[in-house]
Amino acid sequence: MSETRADRGRGAAVQTTGHAWDGDLQEFNNPLPRWWVWAFYATVLFAVVYWLFYPAWPVGEGYTKGPLNSITFEADGKTWTTHWNTRARLMRELKESPAAVRQRQYLEKVAAAGYDEILADPDMKGFAWSMAKGLFGDNCAPCHGSDGKGRIGLFPNLADDAWLWGGTVEDIETSIREGRRGFMPAFGEALGEAQLDDVAAFVLSLSGHEVDPAQAARGARIFRGDAGGCHYCHGMDGTGLKSQGAANLTDRIWTVAKVPASPSLEGKLEAVKRVVREGIRREMPAWKGRLDPVQIKLLTVYVHELGGGQ
Amino acid sequence: MTGGSEPPLYAGRVPIHPRSVRGRFRRLKTGILVLAYGVYFLLPWLRWDRPAGPDQAVLFDLPGRRFYVFGLVVHPEDIFWLAGLLVIAALLLFFVTALAGRVWCGYFCFQTLWTDVYQLIERWVQGDRSARLRLEARSWDAEKLRKKGLTHLLWLAVAFATGLTFTLYWADAPQLVRDFLVGAAPFPAYATTLFLTATTYVFAGIAREQVCTYMCPYARFQGVMFDRDTLIVAYDRARGEGPKGRHRPVRGLRTRAERQAAGHGDCIDCGYCVQVCPTGIDIRDGLQYQCITCALCIDACDTIMDRLGWPRGLIRYTSESALAGSRTRILRPKVLGYGAALMVAVALLVWSVAARAPLELAVIQQRQPLYVTLSDGRIQNGYEVKLINKTGQALELVVRLAAPPGAELDLGRIRTVRLAPERMVRVIARVRQRPERAARRVRFRVEERAGRVPAVEREAPFFVPGTGG
Repeated sequence: MSETRADRGRGAAVQTTGHAWDGDLQEFNNPLPRWWVWAFYATVLFAVVYWLFYPAWPVGEGYTKGPLNSITFEADGKTWTTHWNTRARLMRELKESPAAVRQRQYLEKVAAAGYDEILADPDMKGFAWSMAKGLFGDNCAPCHGSDGKGRIGLFPNLADDAWLWGGTVEDIETSIREGRRGFMPAFGEALGEAQLDDVAAFVLSLSGHEVDPAQAARGARIFRGDAGGCHYCHGMDGTGLKSQGAANLTDRIWTVAKVPASPSLEGKLEAVKRVVREGIRREMPAWKGRLDPVQIKLLTVYVHELGGGQ
Repeated sequence: MTGGSEPPLYAGRVPIHPRSVRGRFRRLKTGILVLAYGVYFLLPWLRWDRPAGPDQAVLFDLPGRRFYVFGLVVHPEDIFWLAGLLVIAALLLFFVTALAGRVWCGYFCFQTLWTDVYQLIERWVQGDRSARLRLEARSWDAEKLRKKGLTHLLWLAVAFATGLTFTLYWADAPQLVRDFLVGAAPFPAYATTLFLTATTYVFAGIAREQVCTYMCPYARFQGVMFDRDTLIVAYDRARGEGPKGRHRPVRGLRTRAERQAAGHGDCIDCGYCVQVCPTGIDIRDGLQYQCITCALCIDACDTIMDRLGWPRGLIRYTSESALAGSRTRILRPKVLGYGAALMVAVALLVWSVAARAPLELAVIQQRQPLYVTLSDGRIQNGYEVKLINKTGQALELVVRLAAPPGAELDLGRIRTVRLAPERMVRVIARVRQRPERAARRVRFRVEERAGRVPAVEREAPFFVPGTGG
């Protein structure tokens, strides 16, 4: 530190703190500028004002809350007034911030638009995609998975292009709004073990698997005749009837039989047999009471875009 | 403190009443001051014709997430340019300081410029140094009250103009001023104006040299960049003092010949250099940390030397090496190093700004699901294609796949993407390939229908199950 003008004026020897390091390194002992002291008093004053305006001192069971220190926000249809805190501010911003207003405007636009309009407009589709991602995670992901791929045997895959109940936006919206009940009777008692083998072979042959042709021919007769009656729902060609939610057996997608998981033909046959023997009984709940129409609309667009709606 | 050897703990500020001076450095400083004030106060009012966006030449639009600087629009993702600018500013400070000392402090610093203006007001209302000293000593009467009051009123007016102008860079200037005056401006505008009015008034009017001496960190760390060859404002002790020290020009010591014969130097101890100093030091005591190298003492001393008919330069820009009789080395490793780093930083920033893409494309592969097997056995990957239009016109964009040839791109029902100026859109895309001949990377290509901007391409990974990637 340098000397001050006051020192120079006196012509006196410079005052040091009295210590010396490394032989000759010394420290001047200059007075502080007086305004530093004022700045210190100012911080004290600030603290007092702070106490008055913000929660500060514990008093008995409570604390001094300070005036002008409450915040009001709306949540769950009610109005809450509480001490100021960041969570309450967040709740308020979710309703009142410019971003929330912009989101509402988008929601109104999407609510007023038809599916054709939404799907052809990158802007609205992008919004629906972002917004519905959260809705899907909250409501659909527990069964269908956060990626929408579902689980073979339990929950259909929504990310591929195979649709049990139809893949148009109207079909998807109906599925979400009204729910679906998937049912296939158990054929274990109606068909014997040999006939189950035959049917399974025929079913696998539909999707191009190499099976015993004689066995498949026997299976075809059961499938297309009254013995099995499979064609009532799956159709003569095995492509499935949308009205029944029956699976298309000619493609590579398996929603119930764990065919892709088995490397051997025996395993695949056994997987199909098991479904035919035990049947299917599964249900998706209706969401109309739980989600509002706009939310269902957003989810419809999301599911449609997940893998390839029709 | 009365008696004893204990120094006082605190010392009050000794008021400084700098005397006015004319000269080349004063003229240079006034020129810089006029230029800086002109730019600062007028820039927000400059209009700029843009195809889209506000018509203000320089506007930092925080809610809109855009910085408009003349023809350049800075988007949030370009914010590293700001880092580049700060690096350049720091390197420039190092470079200039190593070369020429505290040039920033003496000529360009806001504190120096605003203090200068405040002193100008003070001088205009109260008169020069001697008049101000007399006014200071006078008891509080109507005259003193009027002069002091007017000074502080004008100071506050300048402070308010300074604070308000700062806020104009962050919103539409004419609109904000109207809103401000009728009480309809946003709270931050009032808070910022109030804060800057207060700091300007206190720092330039009252604290002045205390800011440089006790508050400013740059003032202190610039000392580290000094060496014996750095340009400083210095008093030529050898010439000024002579063997027997300085002396007033009393009878018998009026000419240089008489003085040299008597062993006295050229300094006539008139004290003009001390009176003009805005930080209140005596430059003849050597290099001091309070000195902001404003060079007004050079003007003062030159005035005296001219009047005496003696050569100028008793106080001058020089270096410690030169004062000691050796040469000042300008091209030192330090200067060259700072200079090289500065050139690289400037070149990188200029290149980055010049090479910015008018159309930005980012392709993000969906991770959930990573892939889907389709009913015909093909593998499908999902992508979010982010498009940002950085031009001033609406673009009609077509998204397609440039590679591989066998892959299919599905955009749903979207044929073309119409993108308004300065907007961003996210397009959901799906790519399908046969697993046995699937390429592990796909290349997206975005073209403008009318070819107004060059096409952009971006690669993205394609996940095929069973291949580990």
